[in-house]
Amino acid sequence: MFYRESGQFKTSYQKDQQVFPIAQDRIFIALLLVVAFAVVPFVADEYWLQAVIIPFLIFSLAAVGLNLLTGYAGQVSLGTGAFMAVGAYATYKITTAFPEINIVIVFLMSGMVAAGVGIVFGLPSLRIKGFYLAVATLAAQFFILWLFNKVGWFFNDSPSGTITAPPRTLFGIMISGPEATAEVRYFVSLTFLVVFTVIAKNIVRGRIGRSWMAIRDMDIAAEIIGIQPLKTKLMAFAISSFYCGLAGALSVFAWLGGAETEAFSIAISFQVLFMIIIGGLGSIMGSIMGAAFITLVPIFLTNMPAMFGIPMATDLSKHIEEIVFGGLIVFLLIVEPHGFARLWQIGKEKLRQWPFPY
Amino acid sequence: MELLNILFVAPFVDITSSPVFFAEVVIGGLMTGVMYSLVALGFVLIFKASGVFNFAQGAMVLFAALTLVGLMERGVPIPLALAGTVLVMIALAMLIERMMLRHLVNQEGIILFMATIGLNFLLEGAGQIAWGSNVKVLDLGIPNQSFEVAGILLNQFDLFAAAIAAVMVTVLAVFFQKTTIGRALRAVADDHQAALSVGIPLKTIWVIVWSVAGIVALVAGIMWGAKSGVQFSLSLIALKALPVLILGGFTSVPGAIIGGLIIGVGEKIAEIYWGPAFGGAIEGWFAYMLALAFLMFRPQGLFGEKIIERV
Repeated sequence: MFYRESGQFKTSYQKDQQVFPIAQDRIFIALLLVVAFAVVPFVADEYWLQAVIIPFLIFSLAAVGLNLLTGYAGQVSLGTGAFMAVGAYATYKITTAFPEINIVIVFLMSGMVAAGVGIVFGLPSLRIKGFYLAVATLAAQFFILWLFNKVGWFFNDSPSGTITAPPRTLFGIMISGPEATAEVRYFVSLTFLVVFTVIAKNIVRGRIGRSWMAIRDMDIAAEIIGIQPLKTKLMAFAISSFYCGLAGALSVFAWLGGAETEAFSIAISFQVLFMIIIGGLGSIMGSIMGAAFITLVPIFLTNMPAMFGIPMATDLSKHIEEIVFGGLIVFLLIVEPHGFARLWQIGKEKLRQWPFPY
Repeated sequence: MELLNILFVAPFVDITSSPVFFAEVVIGGLMTGVMYSLVALGFVLIFKASGVFNFAQGAMVLFAALTLVGLMERGVPIPLALAGTVLVMIALAMLIERMMLRHLVNQEGIILFMATIGLNFLLEGAGQIAWGSNVKVLDLGIPNQSFEVAGILLNQFDLFAAAIAAVMVTVLAVFFQKTTIGRALRAVADDHQAALSVGIPLKTIWVIVWSVAGIVALVAGIMWGAKSGVQFSLSLIALKALPVLILGGFTSVPGAIIGGLIIGVGEKIAEIYWGPAFGGAIEGWFAYMLALAFLMFRPQGLFGEKIIERV
């Protein structure tokens, strides 16, 4: 009754092509942004921001990036963790070598570095497809982490082998390092996520996104209609790695404050892959919903025994958490293999007829 | 110059100067390779028959080994414990088919792959809750003495493992090629729908394949467990089996074996002779790089089916 496009006429091509053609969607997104920018930081406390919301934002960015590659261009990658590590280590190297460069520019530069690395490890995709490619990207995962562990240059030979976020300011406000408050780091992560989600959405509905989808659906046919597989696939790897690199940089500078290669292990790669599968392959919205699910559920499961006052040994509760998490994933895939994005779509269809379905 | 020397000259000098040590390295690598092959074999079986890339194979190895050790710890004699574990693995296969696969028929490969990762979590958690998560010793009374042949040190246990692997591959080959069920399995692997239309019961076939993979996982679990104790890290060897798979090809049983041997030997040789040049610990990624380099020339792996694409 309320969610209906009837009566909303489009009188120009520009209106016909906008991202959210229905007015209610626009209102919803605007409200969401208002809540995210103006309500959440003042309501949520330090713990919530640091443990739940900031990681959710950062993983959303990584998930959007991986979804560009896997969901839109059809190239399965298990190297997300490594590309995130490239972003994080590149930011650290650049900002410690040139402290005077604005940190936001450093973030973007390290995204570029990650994109370059992504292109190198994307080269095999021209010959290798499907699961073979997925396993081949594991080479990137293990090799890059080994490199960052072994070569002292990458972590400035610090004796602990870790990188730490140095204090950096933006417009006179401390945004990284131990002095930065959780609210500021939340704003930084949120701004990056919003800006780059908008960019991603516009990439995928434009010419580039369409060529990716053509490659995904059938690369030979795409080649015949004049899409260059080399350029398209490498572009997908580059842009996706840029996003992942940015997420990695943020995860050190806006969330963890310091990290070693362990923080970007293969488990992270799988986690991000989970996010986009649970959320929905080929959907920007889905990536974010998937990221919310995958970051929130373990926290919920960890705290659940305490919430109900059931005393439980930590390793037992960890195993139960594993079982429930695994079971949930299988269950969700059975119920809706196309993920939350599809559920969202179905929900909207239902909502259009509500409360008078035929 | 120094770099070139350490990369291209010194390792070969080392090899030629002590061939006995080199032989020992190669044999050590072959033995590890056999272990990799055992795990990879389970992957291949399931992929061949149901097109599912079963990431949970490593967790199945852990689960089987934990069940066996758990039964033995409770005083069940070895043969009974073995039989019991086999039964558990078969029950698990039925459960997986009933609860998971049946509902995911006709989904894309990546969805099935993800579901098996979910299964992976489930099995890891369930196995450790049921049988505890501390490191357990698995002793089946397999002799573990070293002896010398022509100056080369050999280990009885490794030979035993190799023999088991050989027997298992032979049995599986005969099973696939000669029996009715094996023929049905190959039919299903070729084309699900065609197999269904000639009256092959898909569900039964899946239960059989997952059971066989479960038993293969048990054997792999016994071998790894007896060597390094039954513990959580067992489930991580699945990651090591992946390069083996892409090297050998996802659909080939001999490919899994040969791929495992190549990776095992290559990894050991690289670590011992070229490791110092890179600062050591290159075992972690060498297998992947080797497999990746290899795929550049044969995208379908050594023995994989040729990929034919039609528009």
